[in-house]
Amino acid sequence: MAALGHKRRIRTAALAYVMVLPAFAAFAVFVFYPLAKTFYLGMFRVPPFPGLPQKFVGLSQYTSVLSHSQFLEPLWDSTLLVIFTVPAGIALGLGMAAAAHRQLPGMRIFRTIFSSTIATSVAVASVIFFTLLDPTTGLFAYWIGQRGGTGILGNPTWALPAVAVVSLWQNLGFSFILMSAALSSVPDEILDAAAIDGATGARRFFKVTVPLISPTLFFAAIIGVISGFQTFGQIDLLTQGGPAGHTNVLLYQIYTTFYTNADTGTASVMAVALFVLLVLLTLLQFVFVQRRVFYADER
Amino acid sequence: MPTSVRTALRYLVLVVIAVIVLFPIYITLVNALLPGQDIAKRPPTLFPLHPLWDSFSQAWTDGSLGPYLRTSAIVSIATTLAALATSILAAYAFAFLEFPLKRVLFALCLATLMVPAEVTIIPNYRTIQLFGWYDTYPALIVPFVASGIGIFLFRQSFRQLPRDLRDAAVLDGYGHWRFLGRVVLPLNRPMVGAFAIFAFLGSWNQYLWPLLVTNTNARRTVQVGLKQLEGLNADQQNIIFAGTILAALPIFVLLLLFQRQLVRGLTAGAVKG
Repeated sequence: MAALGHKRRIRTAALAYVMVLPAFAAFAVFVFYPLAKTFYLGMFRVPPFPGLPQKFVGLSQYTSVLSHSQFLEPLWDSTLLVIFTVPAGIALGLGMAAAAHRQLPGMRIFRTIFSSTIATSVAVASVIFFTLLDPTTGLFAYWIGQRGGTGILGNPTWALPAVAVVSLWQNLGFSFILMSAALSSVPDEILDAAAIDGATGARRFFKVTVPLISPTLFFAAIIGVISGFQTFGQIDLLTQGGPAGHTNVLLYQIYTTFYTNADTGTASVMAVALFVLLVLLTLLQFVFVQRRVFYADER
Repeated sequence: MPTSVRTALRYLVLVVIAVIVLFPIYITLVNALLPGQDIAKRPPTLFPLHPLWDSFSQAWTDGSLGPYLRTSAIVSIATTLAALATSILAAYAFAFLEFPLKRVLFALCLATLMVPAEVTIIPNYRTIQLFGWYDTYPALIVPFVASGIGIFLFRQSFRQLPRDLRDAAVLDGYGHWRFLGRVVLPLNRPMVGAFAIFAFLGSWNQYLWPLLVTNTNARRTVQVGLKQLEGLNADQQNIIFAGTILAALPIFVLLLLFQRQLVRGLTAGAVKG
């Protein structure tokens, strides 16, 4: 009898391993191995001329690259982009969700329109805006008073804000959907009670609704920061990091260092830095989600 | 304020927002229908009185949108199906089976959520070269066949099934495969739909990876293909605009057809309840 149970347990375990094998084979080859390898490659200095052997320099390459402007300037550009896009994206999404919250005839159409930009991709949005911002032919360039010259995407001051606007527009749909879901999770009774207590619309919104949906706001902020630091397509299609490196965000710098300059060592160090940054942000989100689950259980 | 004025104001706000959100899409459509040399005309044409539709066929053939869309469709569908299969299988094991190292393996699954694909491109690019997969479908598909978030979401969803169901299935002589196929999956159809949309969108919208591992029009996905289109002359901008519409159209149709699943997929885990 015991032997039978034992046999069955082994059979179950064997089945379980068969079931998890495909996923873990892929994880091993395309997630865990390359992660360790990136860290390892960061310890080799690539010679300036091709053909020469790479030299093991250990962690010293980490300290030299991470304290150098070739890393710090892109890090700053990425940070600026996040500052330009994340708060504004949440505010716009929330505003749109609030405007579309009340049941009115035809609201379905407005909701579909408000979420429509999720049908676009980063590449679609970037190519559309690139063409509309063309200094000689673009309609947007014409409207903002650019005729000829380098255009807004070639302007050191305005290139990064312009990239941010493209990101913002492309994300409006997602932000709207997220905020709408949050708003519809706020019970009407609470808002009614606040109204009876004499709270006006704006007061009700900021004193009752916003605190109640703060978990979603926080989630949106973290997601926004994480995806902001992963910005690549907009840069490749709009500015190629220019003018003079003013939109050279971290991931674009990693790409050109690796792909264009073939400097695997330096690119790997920066990729590890990006990884650490994103892990810290993700952990922050996990800790917060855990706490929210705790809240939910307590209620 | 009387209610009718209030309602009118509400609609005004809604219409203003709608115009701002839609304008870039609208002007894209208008410009796609204009003759190329008319796009730069000032004052701008905001409504095409004599729409020309051949920019779309030109984008399809001369702009190679046809092959790009075909590649994107193949890659996205294959990636979605593979990610569904690997995630459902692994999630079943984590939800219903007992085996050594279960907790460790599940923790590793969650750990993959912290490793964005952007971070590992350098060794992965070399791996693709090593396998001889450069500029092939496997290069675009295989790195994404497993999904940590998929395993996590399906496991959560599977664990919510009542225990009695499993007991009843065992009494009926169901083995694990039959239980998975006849009970678990049919009851989790909404989750399958939501994750399928989520995976499809993620694959369809990829940019950096396809840019790295392809170099011919036959294997470029539509997102990377748009970059080739961007380089067209000023008097061919109608083709650029038509191309962006063709690239977005499949997702737009998907959005209209599966709005509910899409919302669920996009907001999975974001909002409680």
